[in-house]
Amino acid sequence: MPEQPLIHARALVKRFGDFTAVDGIDLDVAPGEAFGFLGPNGAGKSSTMRMISCVSMPTSGELRILGMDPVREGPKIRARLGVCPQLDNLDPDLSVRENLTTYARYFGLSKAESRRRADELLEFAQLQDKAGSQVEPLSGGMKRRLTIARSLVNEPDLVLLDEPTTGLDPQARHLLWERLFRLKQRGTTLVLTTHYMDEAEQLCDRLVVMDGGRIVAEGSPRSLIQTYSTPEVVELRFADGVDYAGKLEGIGRVDPLPDRILLYADDGDAAVSEVHRRGLTPSSVLVRRSSLEDVFLQLTGRTLVD
Amino acid sequence: MISTMVAARVSPSRVGAVMNRNVGALRSGPSYWLVLLSGFFEPVLYLLSIGIGVGALVGDLTLPSGRVVEYAVFVAPAMLAVSAMSGALSETTFNFFFKMKYSKTFDAILATPVKPFEIALGELAWAMVRSSVYTIAFLMVMVALGLTSPGWALAALPATLLVGLAFGGVGMAISTLMRGWQDFDMLTTGQFALFLFSGTFSPVQDYPVAMEIVVWLTPLYHAVELVRGLAIGELSWGLLGNAAYLLVMMALGLTFAARRIQRTLCV
Repeated sequence: MPEQPLIHARALVKRFGDFTAVDGIDLDVAPGEAFGFLGPNGAGKSSTMRMISCVSMPTSGELRILGMDPVREGPKIRARLGVCPQLDNLDPDLSVRENLTTYARYFGLSKAESRRRADELLEFAQLQDKAGSQVEPLSGGMKRRLTIARSLVNEPDLVLLDEPTTGLDPQARHLLWERLFRLKQRGTTLVLTTHYMDEAEQLCDRLVVMDGGRIVAEGSPRSLIQTYSTPEVVELRFADGVDYAGKLEGIGRVDPLPDRILLYADDGDAAVSEVHRRGLTPSSVLVRRSSLEDVFLQLTGRTLVD
Repeated sequence: MISTMVAARVSPSRVGAVMNRNVGALRSGPSYWLVLLSGFFEPVLYLLSIGIGVGALVGDLTLPSGRVVEYAVFVAPAMLAVSAMSGALSETTFNFFFKMKYSKTFDAILATPVKPFEIALGELAWAMVRSSVYTIAFLMVMVALGLTSPGWALAALPATLLVGLAFGGVGMAISTLMRGWQDFDMLTTGQFALFLFSGTFSPVQDYPVAMEIVVWLTPLYHAVELVRGLAIGELSWGLLGNAAYLLVMMALGLTFAARRIQRTLCV
């Protein structure tokens, strides 16, 4: 018998008045998986996450978290979840350390146990030096690490991260990824939302692409790229604003964007040679590996980050 | 009330954790302590200026029972009820609203096993700490000034707790309806009107009948009646009615606040 999924959803719907945020999605997340929701803002990722975290109730459809019903057993489920919301909601009246110890108490942990876990997590989040500081002066990356540390205070079976690195600089993002990767290696099940394809590629074993409240594709990052894109992509820019899309026909699938033209090819260099052979002179040429961004563009006709 | 609590399976440790958060916040800086201190002095200053100052001009006052007391003896229990009210309200309005709307403290708590009703209970319990600090200090002032006896002061203490619970419950309920800080002006004005016209400075029996009925419906009147009856030892069956009013007020406030937390934050 296969292992029971930690998250099980069928025809899950969330409506706010007339607006349908989540429009009938099916999901199964297995223990130990790192699962991602990829999509632009407004795709329904956060609404789905809030339902999974048993804070917001589904409008209709079936949802089981850790094998339990969120409507009837919310507190019991939340006791085993770690939630890192999109916007940091750290307590501004408490110190860094107290943010952890106070939070541990909400889970019914003893004072001594709360202190022990706070020390462990301060180390995990590399915030030992800031233990006594208030939250406000911390950098964005530090606040994020503290929020993630806080979500681990109850040693959760399932950690939910809503856009964990949005708004962080590259260095802070890499540090955070490294910490999340460490969690994943320990066997913690991670569910995250992101609109960064590199984040999804780095962290997720499996992901769904969401758009307009629906799941439009599902698979591992590699399999999605193989299915919906070509191994390589050539990005061409032309200085004179003439429509070159027609002149590229036959080289590969052409996708004209406002500022550049994407040319999908099995062999990028060969495609570039062909462009030059046709006498075209782009102002810049970039050959790169295909990414989830291309998958998303192919599926929805839009880019991920506006 | 009790059945609601049992149905909701309230966990004392989770309620305690919500309270514990506020104890932690006390250490955040001196500003909180200043606010705490000023809240205590306000009714004391009224007692001194009006109860004793104006009282010297007013002279003595005859109670419905026929007993004659100094004006300050009449005013002091009202100020005691006011301090219980304002102690509970200051925690459950400004601070509660900030935690609910701006610092997203309750959002963070609701991601844990803690339930909306437990947040409401924990916040109310915390408000009672502040309210009790005010009333105990004020009772000591009253005993020191000879405005009540130690025995009646002890009898009045539970009454002030009930006053705090009632206003704290309603304060939270009101806070969940606030749209922004500007709405608090209305609350402050309402609180001041209650403060002036709840039989605080003059017996309600002296008001025009229509006014007396309006006052009879408002909460601080019942708080003042109950606290005054016990503080000056004028016991009557009417006090039970006052206490019942306050109990219902607390239960409704708590239930409404919990439901609003659920409706607003768990969407």
